[in-house]
Amino acid sequence: MAAPETRRLKLWQDRIETEIEVSGSGPPLVYLHGPWGLAPDRAFIARLAASHTVHAPKFPGTSSGDTEAAHQLDDWHDLLVCYGELFDQLGLTAPPMIGHSFGGLLAAEIAAAAPKSVSRLVLIDPVGLWLDAHPVPNWMLLPFKARPAALFAEPEGEAARRFFEMPTDAAERVETLAQLNWSLACTGKFVWPIADRGLKKRIHRISAPTLIVWGDADGVIAPVYAEEFSKRIANARIAKIARAGHLPHLEQPDAVMKALTAFIAS
Amino acid sequence: MKVCMFHLMPYRDLPADFDQRYNSAFIDPVWFDVADSEKVGQYYNATLDELLYAARAGFHGVCTNQHHQNVYGFMANPSLMGAVLAKETNGQNVAIIQLGSTLPSTTPPTRIAEEYAMLDCISGGRLVAGFPTGLPSDAVISNGVVPIDQRERYREALALVIKSWSAREIFPWNGKHYQLGMVNLWPRPIQQPHPPVWIPGAGISSTAEYVLDHDHCFCHLSYRGFKNAKDVTDRYWEMAAQKGRDDNPYRLSFLQLIGVADSDAEAEDLYAEHAEYFFHKLLYSPLHYQAIPGCLEYGAMVQQLRHNPRTEVDPHDLKAKDFYERGYVVVGSPKTVREQLLDGIKSLRMGHLLALLHFGSMPTEVCKNNIDLFAREVLPYLKDQWDDRYEDRWWPERLRAKRAAPAMAAASMAAAS
Repeated sequence: MAAPETRRLKLWQDRIETEIEVSGSGPPLVYLHGPWGLAPDRAFIARLAASHTVHAPKFPGTSSGDTEAAHQLDDWHDLLVCYGELFDQLGLTAPPMIGHSFGGLLAAEIAAAAPKSVSRLVLIDPVGLWLDAHPVPNWMLLPFKARPAALFAEPEGEAARRFFEMPTDAAERVETLAQLNWSLACTGKFVWPIADRGLKKRIHRISAPTLIVWGDADGVIAPVYAEEFSKRIANARIAKIARAGHLPHLEQPDAVMKALTAFIAS
Repeated sequence: MKVCMFHLMPYRDLPADFDQRYNSAFIDPVWFDVADSEKVGQYYNATLDELLYAARAGFHGVCTNQHHQNVYGFMANPSLMGAVLAKETNGQNVAIIQLGSTLPSTTPPTRIAEEYAMLDCISGGRLVAGFPTGLPSDAVISNGVVPIDQRERYREALALVIKSWSAREIFPWNGKHYQLGMVNLWPRPIQQPHPPVWIPGAGISSTAEYVLDHDHCFCHLSYRGFKNAKDVTDRYWEMAAQKGRDDNPYRLSFLQLIGVADSDAEAEDLYAEHAEYFFHKLLYSPLHYQAIPGCLEYGAMVQQLRHNPRTEVDPHDLKAKDFYERGYVVVGSPKTVREQLLDGIKSLRMGHLLALLHFGSMPTEVCKNNIDLFAREVLPYLKDQWDDRYEDRWWPERLRAKRAAPAMAAASMAAAS
């Protein structure tokens, strides 16, 4: 598989520069990463790239050389208009859109704000709704030792090991940690302190056929939320993934690929 | 040289197994499991008594601060404490140092401008206006401030507060984080255009840079003592020189835990349990509640990652004698303490020493004895430092005149009681 090509776009009256990793060939598809940045998702994106031209934008502020971009966007309205500009510049009209966790919330908001801009929607363990009986812990405040068990069904498994592994080289380690922290900081701006910022009022506008993928051992946002999303979206179905936590696309990529390939092709 | 009494107002009587029951002194301890409102009422009163005692004993200033949802110190609104101190010290040559109210978590921040102006009026122009950004846990957990917005809000809020104190015209504030259509503050501070501004920091260079750019006073609030602060203060003085600022030591305030007794052995014994209580129970703040992504700006975050604080020692592995040896706490006879402090004052070039003479579980009598001995036997030896060459431009103007010897004030207090 060829390495992704990185495109760099100037947006927002040139006040934001965002990198988009473009990989694969075939019909276009958009992938929106979660709070931990694009890096952990590259292996999964490579699978998607086998059948699609995947456009994976980095969240504003997480592109190299433009760490301050998140300060240019004050709220969800700014964010959604900015992503609209991004898709226009990429020439993408109504692609299928996949989002994970925070990226799932972002994809859902885009599909609600501009229903015709998304042909198919895949939400992988999205955040954005809230049930008092199932409070969603703030993933930015989890004790470090508790993070593997919150994110993975198998905290000692290979996927968890890869996710938390840090480079041994000191400079690379600083770079990796900085990217991780700053991705959390920039995405966190739009969901702090509770990831319930009004999607429930807007979600009924989503018209794209929607697949809701959920790791059945998600320790961040409980699988019961799959039904919450499903019942609020007109044309939604659920695929629960066994032996997977909050990052099923990393922990059980075969099962996730199987569910979403069938969905996107249907 | 100015010496000011600092107080955290901690919970003084935690259960012995507190640090086994909780993984943090912040956020996690449940009030009804560990605390008692009657006792806390006594602590607030004892704290005010101790600060007022220090004021009468001849300290140059008394300091309050703001923290939330923890056992380490919970003056949730320091202006309430400051109001009592301002009223009770009227007529005394003592600064009211609010160190202070946290701007990013107060909306609109003109509320703090008003409270500080009230304190300056009540005290007759004796306010030092401290503006901390707030601990991450205070600002973003207890008060819900968006982490990446904390410092941006802080800077906008401080600019608004300072303008609101001295503007001659009613003005609109059309900011990013705050919008107010008509700002016309009542009251205004006596000190114009504004009281001295002190800004606490933990050693992050972006804070020091901001302080120097605005010609304010930087307060390095470290709990590891002056022996471990030289790298931070050296960087500060280097930056000051680069920015063309002078080397006036009053640009720097520094906090130090201090315990004085008649002899070294007595002091080491007397303060051991309180030092261990402070570092083991109160200063028990896990990384996930303080290193919250976004609270440090990108550059400062990278700087901190390079510094790699994980190599620092866990205080739980240290005992009282280690805290003494490492300089976290300066303890000893008056002679030992004044010698060590003079070394620190000169080595860091600090103009304001913020003496934490109450720490940990210290009962009020022990604290008052500490204050008394310090005021009589240590303070007189420190107070003349720097004054032959430097003016304290970060001190209330009405208090800048040469003052009577503190020992005399202590003596008159003893005679009065």
